[in-house]
Amino acid sequence: MTDLKHIRNFSIIAHIDHGKSTLADRLIHLCGGLTDREMKSQVLDSMAIERERGITIKAQTVRLTYKAQDGETYELNLIDTPGHVDFAYEVNRSLAACEGSLLVVDASQGVEAQTLANVYQAIDNNHEIVPVLNKIDLPAAEPEKVKAEIEEVIGLDASNAIAISAKTGLGIDAVLEALVTRLPPPEGDAAAPLKALLIDSWYDPYLGVVILVRVKDGRLKTGMKIRMMSTGAVHPAERVGILTPKGVLVDELGPGSIGFLTAGIKTVADCQVGDTITEERRPAAAALPGFKPSVPVVFCGLFPIDAADFEQLRESLAKLRLNDASFQYEPETSAALGFGFRCGFLGLLHLEIIQERLEREFGLDLITTAPSVVYKVHMTSGEILDLHNPADMPEPVKIDFIEEPWIKATILVPDTYLGPILKLCEDRRGVQQDLTYAGNRAMLVYRLPLNEVVFDFYDRLKSVSRGYASFDYQVDGYEEGDLVKLSILVNAEPVDALACIVHRSQAETRGRALCARLKDLIPRQLFKIAIQAAIGGKVIARETVSALRKDVTAKCYGGDITRKRKLLEKQKEGKKRMRQYGNVEIPQSAFLAALKMSDS
Amino acid sequence: MTAAVAVESLLRGGTEDAGFGLYVHWPFCLSKCPYCDFNSHVREAVDQPRWRDALLRELDHYASETAGRRVASIFFGGGTPSLMPPDTVAAVIDRAAARWRLAPDVEITLEANPTSVEAERFAGFRGAGVNRVSLGVQALNDPDLRALGRGHSAAEARTALALARRQFDCFTFDLIYARPGQDARAWRAELRQALDLAADHLSLYQLTIEPNTVFAGAHRRGELVLPGEEDAATLYEETQNLLEAAGLPAYEISNHARPGAECRHNLTYWRYGDYVGIGPGAHGRLTLDGAKIATRQHRAPEAWLAAVEAAGHATRQRTPVPPAERIDEMLMMGLRLTQGVDRARFREETGSEIETALDRDGLRRLSEAGFLVLDDHGLRATAAGRQRLDALLGALLA
Repeated sequence: MTDLKHIRNFSIIAHIDHGKSTLADRLIHLCGGLTDREMKSQVLDSMAIERERGITIKAQTVRLTYKAQDGETYELNLIDTPGHVDFAYEVNRSLAACEGSLLVVDASQGVEAQTLANVYQAIDNNHEIVPVLNKIDLPAAEPEKVKAEIEEVIGLDASNAIAISAKTGLGIDAVLEALVTRLPPPEGDAAAPLKALLIDSWYDPYLGVVILVRVKDGRLKTGMKIRMMSTGAVHPAERVGILTPKGVLVDELGPGSIGFLTAGIKTVADCQVGDTITEERRPAAAALPGFKPSVPVVFCGLFPIDAADFEQLRESLAKLRLNDASFQYEPETSAALGFGFRCGFLGLLHLEIIQERLEREFGLDLITTAPSVVYKVHMTSGEILDLHNPADMPEPVKIDFIEEPWIKATILVPDTYLGPILKLCEDRRGVQQDLTYAGNRAMLVYRLPLNEVVFDFYDRLKSVSRGYASFDYQVDGYEEGDLVKLSILVNAEPVDALACIVHRSQAETRGRALCARLKDLIPRQLFKIAIQAAIGGKVIARETVSALRKDVTAKCYGGDITRKRKLLEKQKEGKKRMRQYGNVEIPQSAFLAALKMSDS
Repeated sequence: MTAAVAVESLLRGGTEDAGFGLYVHWPFCLSKCPYCDFNSHVREAVDQPRWRDALLRELDHYASETAGRRVASIFFGGGTPSLMPPDTVAAVIDRAAARWRLAPDVEITLEANPTSVEAERFAGFRGAGVNRVSLGVQALNDPDLRALGRGHSAAEARTALALARRQFDCFTFDLIYARPGQDARAWRAELRQALDLAADHLSLYQLTIEPNTVFAGAHRRGELVLPGEEDAATLYEETQNLLEAAGLPAYEISNHARPGAECRHNLTYWRYGDYVGIGPGAHGRLTLDGAKIATRQHRAPEAWLAAVEAAGHATRQRTPVPPAERIDEMLMMGLRLTQGVDRARFREETGSEIETALDRDGLRRLSEAGFLVLDDHGLRATAAGRQRLDALLGALLA
């Protein structure tokens, strides 16, 4: 067990692509955590998606052994935090396991919104923050300007920022030295009852659930019976260890240490991030502060494109949930799309990640319905309904009023793009809270309804700012809104998969756009097809797909029969994927394409 | 006799005779046309005696299976069958007459290119027994003929047509329309010229991009732009009206004839009658012991030749058409005809009534919409229905 004063726990805060993973790799390498052969770049992002997108999804940790200039040997624990707004709570808990952070800013790019949100979380967790200017070797690097930005935007002293190049290795030794000299050692009482913070957990097919913990007080020993304080569940601690990043078993973890634990737990749903682990025989009096169970905020339907894949989708969702308890799913049936699942996610990125993993790791071809947020429907009966599927919207006469979730969004953008971004926020019912400048960059704070953000806001933001805007948000309460269910009807029959809940002021624009899109996607047929958007019984937009005027094969003789019949058989096959709307059949693919376009 | 009367007389005639035909495929061409996806090949030299003998052997093979039937029509298609030596054509016709019975009014058609070289052989073909030629004229102006990759000029075509008129009792020719850049006015003018040159039959095909052709590549690359659906529809409608007014109404989607001058051989296909197909890639449909058998011969000319020489035939596929598909095939073909599918023929071919074989709701819906007519005579597509036949078949059968 290491003496507390020789331990430093830290995390790295950085925007995507600002070099967090490269810096982590450098630190591991310099401290001899892995041999050259074992080093592959970006060691900590182990999932393929993490590597590709440069986003950390699961918290990872590594213990480094560092011999400092004072001659002492230190145990440095790095926690690599999830790097996205959807995982704000997980980030917060990771930060709560450390005493300090490295704030990595790309010296050629400057501070981004996401960095800002995480740095405030670090400040809330009383972190000592060491600013690090990365990519100092780039010709476009402007360290002085970025330092000024750190001071102006974040309000942090940047005079002693460390200039580095994680790519070339320049300045890495200074970073290690700063961790020792500038970060405080952890505090804790080894004699007190065990109190360990559950940072994260993941499912390992051989070990069961592996839990990442930070011991605050007491000792976590192999063989000890532990208790989850939120649920009271008791498990025997089978293995206790540290990650270097390879797993190394140890007898015990003392205060200030970060390590892992396995206890024969079958699903991560039993291991909630932020929970406190204590000893069953001698429990702590109170749990650590800040625990809250994760609650999905964005919902959508996931349907297999091939109906035969439904069972496989069910199994794949179950497997993913083994390792990610923060998403939920339940079966859903759609007249337009068939059998699928209604799924809840922490946010849009979380949704995208799960969808991508289902497609990539499980080989499923999926269609996602438009994302929806959770509305609080206040019924005239006094009942309050949590609505996360437009299909479940009660009759308007039974509704007293509806509340929708709002967010507080922070957007950082070069001021040349400010105009279109202000317009975008205003179009999306945003309410400006703050607008400040740091150099030629503007920081905008807006309150926005979340349902305006889940509908292509992020893509629009990127497109109007040519990719320069960075964006972050936190959920900021519920407010009453004039919300209506927008239905799309084909030949007067509703297409359930395209229904959505929108603000009355947006209904017409959205309805027109959806009708126009469907008009382009639905092939002409023998009969004309009416496409309508409606609120309740009132049609607010209409398009018509006119009937086919000519559709006939010019030549068909004795040698063509077989080939023609095969075409007919293909048509029959395709018909299985058609849905009848009045006297026409619409290919499912048209609805799929309409849904696809709505997320781009 | 007007078209309506012609249809009536055909409809009143009881069970129509679907006929029994022989199709002979000659796979060689001097050059490959950029729009054509037929089984055609360019070869420097063809061993004519071997090819003649092989065709005769394959004919013998199928004749032994269909002994006793009466041949109502023979059709030499291709490829370019006008490149066949007249004595090969004569040998095939003579062998057919020897193996089967030929109807006294047997129709024997040969497809020909309207070049001067081939026109010179018309007399030989006539001597062989051919009594109908079908000329692939395709266009009546030189720039369009060049664009279609044809080896003849408009003047040559006119000469060949004049010769055909003198040599044969019956002749017909093909034109391709809805060509790139062709508007309705230009097509009307060309059609009027065509009517002056025509006897009592014309085939008018809308240009179609077939996969794996030179045109398909050009179309994909955007170098070849076809008229859109609206313009194509207008051209089709104008064609119908003009030909109807000229006394050559459509009896099939792309075929027009003075009543009584319809191509008997092709009617056999559309009435889902039996036909033997010999030569590379030829298809056949034969009713043997009550079952409908689909046949296909080997496509590649050399492989076909080798197989026939080794085994007496080059049958690549011989599969029974299951009852449900028999219904599909019969309707697919029959609804192309203005007169539609004959009720008694349908019963004879499929063993069931139209009403029970098809989805009643679908039939009613499509009839009410004016696309189909179902009555005592049978089932037929209206003009509006024929113009949208692919979608109609999809709605009816898929």
